[in-house]
Amino acid sequence: MKRKWFQRVEIWGAMLGLVVGANAAGADTAPGIDRGRLVDLVRQDCGSCHGLTLKGGLGRPLTPEAIAHFDRDSLRLIILDGIPGTPMPPWRPLLSEAEAATIADILKSGEVR
Amino acid sequence: MTTHRHRTARPGAILAASVVAALLAGGAMAAEPRGTGDLGVIVERASGSLAIVETTGRSLLARVDGLGDLSHASVVFSRDERFAYVFGRDGGLSKVDLLAARIVKRIVQGGNAIGGAISDDGSLIAVSNYEPGGVRVFDAGSLDLVADIPAIGAGGGASKTVGLVDIPGRAFVVTLYDAGEIWKLDFSAGASPAITRLTGVGKLPYDANVTVDGRHYYAGLFGEDGVVHVDLWKTPLTAERILDGYGRGAEPLPVYKMPHFEGWAAVQGKLFLPAIGREELLVVDIATSREVGRVKVHGQPVFAVARPDGRQVWVNFAHPKNDTVQVVDTESLSVVHEMKPGPAVLHLEFTPRGHEVWVSVRDRDQVKVYDTRSFIERAAIASPKPSGIFFTPRAHRIGQ
Repeated sequence: MKRKWFQRVEIWGAMLGLVVGANAAGADTAPGIDRGRLVDLVRQDCGSCHGLTLKGGLGRPLTPEAIAHFDRDSLRLIILDGIPGTPMPPWRPLLSEAEAATIADILKSGEVR
Repeated sequence: MTTHRHRTARPGAILAASVVAALLAGGAMAAEPRGTGDLGVIVERASGSLAIVETTGRSLLARVDGLGDLSHASVVFSRDERFAYVFGRDGGLSKVDLLAARIVKRIVQGGNAIGGAISDDGSLIAVSNYEPGGVRVFDAGSLDLVADIPAIGAGGGASKTVGLVDIPGRAFVVTLYDAGEIWKLDFSAGASPAITRLTGVGKLPYDANVTVDGRHYYAGLFGEDGVVHVDLWKTPLTAERILDGYGRGAEPLPVYKMPHFEGWAAVQGKLFLPAIGREELLVVDIATSREVGRVKVHGQPVFAVARPDGRQVWVNFAHPKNDTVQVVDTESLSVVHEMKPGPAVLHLEFTPRGHEVWVSVRDRDQVKVYDTRSFIERAAIASPKPSGIFFTPRAHRIGQ
């Protein structure tokens, strides 16, 4: 018996994949994210410890080379939860998951320098 | 007609040109000598420039560019209040002539600097470095290297240095962030310093400062609930832990901006310290090192600066509450005024006797000037992304 298209698991799977994929790749375009504001936050507020050009200060450098060994998800979690025992604070009270992921992208891209 | 017009216009143009020439020449020749006691600089962090200002007419006189990465820059002044030494985050050390509004000399002395100090005799400039760590000391005239002091702690590792101050006797005191040590660098005998090392003073001392008499040095700890005190008049030097457990076991708040001890408030025998991870100022009796009070404030304090007469302490706050300034009365230990100068208030500096205060409002690209008694705004000066404000009378204060 021929199934109708919406009964086919693989099509739902593919659509789900599309949605998930779009979410993962497109955090910077997610609705409600003001990327410009986050770039400013990286430069000014992260910059107060990590340096305005992110080459390091009391905090370590955050240039793409310096954070190459962290994937985007680890960066997102460090931003959200901080690093206990160091001055790196948890930003969860101030940033959403998507905003933290966008900041990870911004750091990886090296656009703040 | 056109020819006629042309002809009559010509002598006018010549006249105008000669007037301009005469003005220029006359201006150059008769350049009115001026004092520097009411001058100051504003660090413009994003553009790497320095605005030269005067506080009598509250005006911007000139702008000096080309100072590199000035995030977290600080400034000290020569004894004659003519030259500003600017310590940039990129390790740059620039000597700026305030009267000529130009850079006299600029060197990149390290990879990543945090601040500096000038010796009491005005001859030595010491720079505190994150990268490669340690302290480098330069001749204040030539900026030639005098001494390179790596900060290798007792544990053997290199350390970032913070809280570098000058103290009387051609000496400096500095704190080793990673190693948790406090060193006195004594240059009284010449270019090679006698170093006194206090080891194991506490975990992650993030900043430090000295009282204006050069006697009491305090370092704030990030890794522990307490403050380190060194009485520099005592021999031998010892590091004493004070305010142990000032958080009283309460979980500290996340710290989005480290507090500064620079420009702190020591008033009437009392010290007003920003508590780390708390929305409080700690009030400490200097003689006994005991806590004598707390002032609940709007957010986590970054700077707590005393008006020069000591009657008020002005406080700004960490992100995200950094649009506000509060004024604490040092007699009643209460907040007597609150204002919202605008987004991201980074620093404040009083005029020499405290009649006005200049406040940098980074995200409004403005420095605002307030009367400290009426709290009326007197002026707003356009300045791109302003951060530190430094006035020349610092030249004559110990520990600046």
